[in-house]
Amino acid sequence: MSPKTLYDKIWDAHVAHEAEDGTCLLYIDRHLVHEVTSPQAFEGLRMAGRKVRAPEKTIAVPDHNVPTTAGREDPSQMTEESRIQVEALDKNAKEFGVHYYPVSDVRQGIVHIVGPEQGWTLPGMTVVCGDSHTATHGAFGALAHGIGTSEVEHVLATQTLIQKKSKNMKVEITGKLKPGVTAKDITLAVIGKTGTAGGTGYVIEYCGEAIRDLSMEGRMTVCNMAIEGGARAGLIAPDETTFEYVKGRPHSPKGAAFEQALEYWKTLYTDEGAHFDKVVTIAAEDIEPVVTWGTSPEDVLPITGVVPNPEDFTGGKIEAARRSIEYMGLTPGQKLNEIEIDTVFIGSCTNGRIEDMRAVAEVVKGKKIKDGIRAMIVPGSGLVRAQAEEEGLADIFKDAGFEWRLAGCSMCLAMNPDQLSENERCASTSNRNFEGRQGYKGRTHLVSPAMAAAAALTGKLTDVRELI
Amino acid sequence: MEKFEKLHGIAAPMPLVNIDTDMIIPKVFLKSIQRTGFGANLFDEMRFNRDGTEIPDFVLNKPQYRNAEILIVGDNFGCGSSREHAPWAIADFGIKCIVSTSFADIFFNNSFKNGILPIVLPQEQVDILMKDAEKGENARMTVDLEAQEITTSDGEVIPFDVDPFKKHCLLNGLDDIGLTMEKAASIDAFEAKAKIERPWA
Repeated sequence: MSPKTLYDKIWDAHVAHEAEDGTCLLYIDRHLVHEVTSPQAFEGLRMAGRKVRAPEKTIAVPDHNVPTTAGREDPSQMTEESRIQVEALDKNAKEFGVHYYPVSDVRQGIVHIVGPEQGWTLPGMTVVCGDSHTATHGAFGALAHGIGTSEVEHVLATQTLIQKKSKNMKVEITGKLKPGVTAKDITLAVIGKTGTAGGTGYVIEYCGEAIRDLSMEGRMTVCNMAIEGGARAGLIAPDETTFEYVKGRPHSPKGAAFEQALEYWKTLYTDEGAHFDKVVTIAAEDIEPVVTWGTSPEDVLPITGVVPNPEDFTGGKIEAARRSIEYMGLTPGQKLNEIEIDTVFIGSCTNGRIEDMRAVAEVVKGKKIKDGIRAMIVPGSGLVRAQAEEEGLADIFKDAGFEWRLAGCSMCLAMNPDQLSENERCASTSNRNFEGRQGYKGRTHLVSPAMAAAAALTGKLTDVRELI
Repeated sequence: MEKFEKLHGIAAPMPLVNIDTDMIIPKVFLKSIQRTGFGANLFDEMRFNRDGTEIPDFVLNKPQYRNAEILIVGDNFGCGSSREHAPWAIADFGIKCIVSTSFADIFFNNSFKNGILPIVLPQEQVDILMKDAEKGENARMTVDLEAQEITTSDGEVIPFDVDPFKKHCLLNGLDDIGLTMEKAASIDAFEAKAKIERPWA
């Protein structure tokens, strides 16, 4: 038998039907649903008189619209339209009988944090959600990607997706990371190298010593942004770190069933000699703490760098860079570590997990954020929030001057009231620096949690290594 | 879904690279629970000032492109979010075909589900179409999906590739779910087998 990649193995294990032209029906093990991209899909089912084929494999949670301030159970905290979306999810979850974590449930949070936390996401599974950051779940060695609303309806009705296989790409991070450099810096550095279209048509497998050394939280951060590199999905082969994380979660298998699953999970790796269509290798020691300067996640530079000159680029990127620099209110040649910020946002499915909270606490413990800086920390789930409180992190944040919020997507995409105002500049641990992403004319610099914490203390983009 | 008929229409040039889904339809407009009505806010922040007045320089606000049915765009169009509101807005505006050197994966798939034909061509050919589109409303292009050809206003014929299954669905306006349900026996068989091999899933 010819050697297979991890992606080949998961793909082969999920093909329910293959047509002559290679179009497949891929079976879906877990379908995650949120309030923004699902109402039209449920309505489609209703109109066609269809039901959800596998409600036991379907998990719904409101996250995009929900307020993150106290007393949010009060519907008047939401705009009329947001309230209608959340209520539609309530109603659809009940009517179609899918698992549901409402806002009042401590387990509620960002769908990509809730799935792994509750043990819904397991190695070797196929996981989809009407959200591009579904790539997060690839950290478990699960084939996970975002889908549109028509596909949400298709999965609800048939538990399958019509797919053609992608190509295989390997991203290897060799060696050890230097102090102050994190999973977020890895994933941004990769996109900086490959570009936002570099992964188009591929499923990426991340490997190498620096990836192996990461916790599950760090691996989720890396895979989360695979989509920002254009890839259909990002994968990391499961290992002891994965099995340890999964064991004992509410919906992971128990006892003999766990042992049986473990035996299978241990076969989920890329065989020696398997073919990759594209290989990218980066030495971990070459990665510095990075920031974005523009309005595309590929606009990445080490914090020690300067705003580039648009003329340094080629083709259509010259005009795009010119537009970005103007939008961001920057000047070519300006030092990145002298850019003053107004706001710090820490949270999102990229960096809203407990390890991210700990990284921030380590930087800000016993210190105060700079006067006049608006700084908010939004934990990724109610359980992350509870754990951070138990570990004393929440007190550190509050003492330093951060707002300590309830769980949700919040200012990552600013669909709820957490938004930037015009020209407000933000150091953000989220995943997209697109124009208007965090609010109309808002300016976003993507950074790691440690770098965001450093920026909160100094009021400008800062090399966290100077503070630790 | 409507059938994709042979298209003869105005093409609008948008050479900017990496036009993302937040540019196509900003998130403030994602709050509807309907599939229609998004066209009014297509490219909202590029197209309108905050007070709702039009930005005259934006291509789709120019008189010659207001009725465009084809977009010729820069690399990596539709990157970002999985929001199907992006193709919904494009279709609702009246755009039926988009040509680029590359599209983001999810956007590309979403387009086909909404009767929009995304066409990938090499840079040189996109450049030819971009120039043709820049001529304005008298330069109408023809997109023939059946023959897999674009004909410029000068009569230059540019062939393109398209996935045969997606072509079949577009030409016939087929509903994916109905097609998949015809294969229910295969799904049943897969589930029965998976239940034994991977009972935890």
